[in-house]
Amino acid sequence: MINNFLPVQIVFGAFLLFAVSRVLLRLKDGALSLKNFIFWAGLFVVALIGVIQPELTTFVAQELGINRGSDVVVYASILLLFYLIFRTNILLENLRHDLTELVRKLALKK
Amino acid sequence: MKQLILILPAFNEAEVLADVLAQLKTALKRLPVDTELVVVNDGSRDETAAIAAKAGATVLTHLINRGLGAALGTGLAYAKKAQADFTITFDSDGQHDPADIAKVLRPLLKAQADVVIGSRSLPGSGKMPLLRRINNLAFNVLTWIFFGKTTSDSLSGFRGFNRRAIKYIHLKTERMEVSNEFFAEIKRHRLRLEEVPIKVIYTPYSMRKGVKPGNIFAIIFRLVLRLLR
Repeated sequence: MINNFLPVQIVFGAFLLFAVSRVLLRLKDGALSLKNFIFWAGLFVVALIGVIQPELTTFVAQELGINRGSDVVVYASILLLFYLIFRTNILLENLRHDLTELVRKLALKK
Repeated sequence: MKQLILILPAFNEAEVLADVLAQLKTALKRLPVDTELVVVNDGSRDETAAIAAKAGATVLTHLINRGLGAALGTGLAYAKKAQADFTITFDSDGQHDPADIAKVLRPLLKAQADVVIGSRSLPGSGKMPLLRRINNLAFNVLTWIFFGKTTSDSLSGFRGFNRRAIKYIHLKTERMEVSNEFFAEIKRHRLRLEEVPIKVIYTPYSMRKGVKPGNIFAIIFRLVLRLLR
């Protein structure tokens, strides 16, 4: 079966399997919440399906009115990156806020 | 007698702080309330804290710089803890006239308002430089779009609060965008807002400070983050 895959599919597939294994490990050691695990595992599994069955992305592309399956992947990746950067910014804001609370408590203690 | 706490957020203001505090002490003596001067030293690397302490102010020191909003939040937390009847925020760069404190305090003393904004854009405020006027207008529109509150001066650092406002206002932002966030809190807690005209003393030093037109995009971004946090 593996002979039927293009080299790029093998490389991407191996990377995604590695990513799924990491996510599983992080869930196991408690570093990842169940919600985050579902998000990341779901994302990598969907990407893996797309790598193994590229014609599925073409189907999705046609349904969305986009010409090629690979274009769908690029558009979806850009949207996802935007979302993740935004989430990271919110996380950073929360960390800044926690730091300020700490600095404030020290200022008021003296 | 009622108690007023005057909050001055300060970051590297050693150049002008001694003069500002000396003028304030004279002005505060004329007020019909007990007063306490509080300087929130926001991680200054100069002599700000020492100058404030020498002038007899209570100094609250942030070990690292956290921004204007964080400094004001610390000042308000102090006022809340001290159960102050009123608190007034006042810029430490010398751009505010201490004589205007009585104007800002009056509606609070008469229980006509929970929050009083010292506005630089009302008749009787004096002339604001054109660039500052445009900047202020843009931020007033931004405040209305984000928080549905109209104001003549969303960037004013001269604000008065009564005990109710001190109790309810909870700031989430930490930098310049705090000026706009105050209006979100005023609206959220249905606080009575009044604006009074104040004079602004523009000096080369004070002109270097404050919100610049280029800050608008960063401020919008942080206000969006605040809404979604």
